[in-house]
Amino acid sequence: MSRALVAAIGLASIAAAAAASAEPPAGAASCSGCHPASARVASPVPRLAGHDRAAIVRAMQEFRSGQRAGTVMDRIAKGFTDDEIQAIAAWFAAQK
Amino acid sequence: MKTSRRDFLKLGLAVSSALVPLPAIAQGAAPRVVVVGGGFAGASCARALHQAEPRIAVTLVEPNATFTACPFSNAVIAGLRELGAQQFTYERVAADGITLVRAAATGVDVAARSVSLADGARLAYDRLVLAPGIDIRWGALAGYDEAAAAQMPHAWRAGEQTLLLRRQLEAMDDGGLVVISAPANPFRCPPGPYERASLIAHYLKTKKPKSKLLVLDAKDAFSKQRLFQAAWAELYPGLLEWVPLSKGGAVTSVDVATRTLVTDFGRHQANVANIIPPQKAGRIADAAGVADRTGWCPIDPVTFESKLQPRIHVIGDAAIAGAMPKSAFAANSQAKTCAAAVATLLTGGTPSTPKLINTCYSLVAPDYGISVAGVYQPSPGGQLADVPGAGGVSPADAPRATRAAEAVLAEAWFRTITAEVFG
Ligand SMILES: Cc1cc2nc3c(=O)[nH]c(=O)nc-3n(C[C@H](O)[C@H](O)[C@H](O)COP(=O)(O)OP(=O)(O)OC[C@H]3O[C@@H](n4cnc5c(N)ncnc54)[C@H](O)[C@@H]3O)c2cc1C
Ligand code: HEC
Repeated sequence: MSRALVAAIGLASIAAAAAASAEPPAGAASCSGCHPASARVASPVPRLAGHDRAAIVRAMQEFRSGQRAGTVMDRIAKGFTDDEIQAIAAWFAAQK
Repeated sequence: MKTSRRDFLKLGLAVSSALVPLPAIAQGAAPRVVVVGGGFAGASCARALHQAEPRIAVTLVEPNATFTACPFSNAVIAGLRELGAQQFTYERVAADGITLVRAAATGVDVAARSVSLADGARLAYDRLVLAPGIDIRWGALAGYDEAAAAQMPHAWRAGEQTLLLRRQLEAMDDGGLVVISAPANPFRCPPGPYERASLIAHYLKTKKPKSKLLVLDAKDAFSKQRLFQAAWAELYPGLLEWVPLSKGGAVTSVDVATRTLVTDFGRHQANVANIIPPQKAGRIADAAGVADRTGWCPIDPVTFESKLQPRIHVIGDAAIAGAMPKSAFAANSQAKTCAAAVATLLTGGTPSTPKLINTCYSLVAPDYGISVAGVYQPSPGGQLADVPGAGGVSPADAPRATRAAEAVLAEAWFRTITAEVFG
């Protein structure tokens, strides 16, 4: 078998696996700069993994509108649309 | 330590997926990604790549066994923290299944797709990620070369330089003059020189109150300027003076023998001089042909692929990331975006349009923190641009309790990000 064909089959099988493992939606990967991904980190900023989806959406919308005060989340939430917030919340809610 | 059921399940999963044999064909053809530089950008990217697609063979090239972080190194200089709190190893990164190569990359053969190492070895790649951080532009400031840095430290790459500046401050008599020279844009950590000035002023105020601190600046404006200046007026009146470009702040040369900083308007003889010099992308960027005439690396804002060479991605301080500043937060954020794009490209997909965040906290005093935040997306012009209406700095009229809260959040950020990158 040619090297190129071997490579193509290898990449195709990886492609199938990649489709199964969800890539984070736009913006979500940056949240863990402050919201710890690991439960071992002590921080006043809560983890988002496994949080209730509707609660994340509500908090983001309230930070964005100014209804809920924050030291920094108001400035960050203003950068996201409703659709983006929905996708991010669903992604975190699905994590363990 | 008590292991919860959830942790146990996670461990079980990690072990079992590592042991499942890959089909022989996939094993032979696993795409290879080489990441050069194990700092905030490179180590984050290597881990995120492995997490996104464990079957990509990820190699991380880094000459140092211990990484020394710059964020919070200003607190080390001011005697508020020890250097050990800044240091991290790569054990956990290696334990993920990433191949660590302890060497400096010296060249890139773009046609052959291989990286050469200092010992002559070569590493083949399908995609290469360069994350070398900065190099100093030695000689760009007349009189400031590597030998000069042993007398007038830059302390802009953390480690021995950080400790040298601290020792010089500790050895100085009360009543001395400390001078900081801040560079023109762009440079690593835009608020960094002013956080440093603040914390050195705090040290002088508490330990050597007859001393003075002069900041000579090659710019007329800087990050979080109004917040810094308001805090300086409140905390360090008469002690800290900032001299902008228009008032003769630009340092044109230094004389090491007399510790003198020369500007167009005069000469300042310092007892302790901290020169934050002009910078460029780490030199491997030049060797790979991904740096342009500015010394930094133009990139595609969706994939972080170089605009000058195919299959080479540049992240972190070395990249020209539009509105995003050169910060550890940005480096980590870019690394994760780049990793997702590289994994998608290697599996034949089309990377989706990303959104990135940056937040830089600065300490003006140990219990007084301020921040600047931004949200970014690729613009039609192909740059990373601010999302309009988002981001900005901490409120000007916030009470001291908010400043204290932001100082606590700054430290929490450091713990969180270093745990994600190295822990
Ligand atoms: C005083 C100070 C305070 C700061 N405070 C903050 C802060 O509060 N918040 C914040 O977000 N940022 C802060 N920063 C900025 C932050 O340190 C940088 O933006 C960040 O380190 C950039 O990450 P990087 O991965 O691009 O570079 P680095 O973290 O410098 O990592 C580069 C790595 O590449 C390796 N390398 C270089 N060349 C090669 C080669 N040829 N082969 C192999 N390896 C190589 C180096 O050894 C190094 O480990 C501060 C910086 C300073 C100086
Ligand atoms: C710079 C650090 C930082 C980043 C980045 C960040 N957050 Fe936050 N987040 C905070 C802080 C601090 C709070 C507490 C409120 C405040 O002070 O603003 C918070 C609060 C929250 C809350 C409310 C949590 C609760 O249970 O009360 C949610 C939800 C949230 N953030 C979501 C996000 C999402 C989603 C992202 C990424 C798009 C994100 N955050 C990025 C620092 C951050």
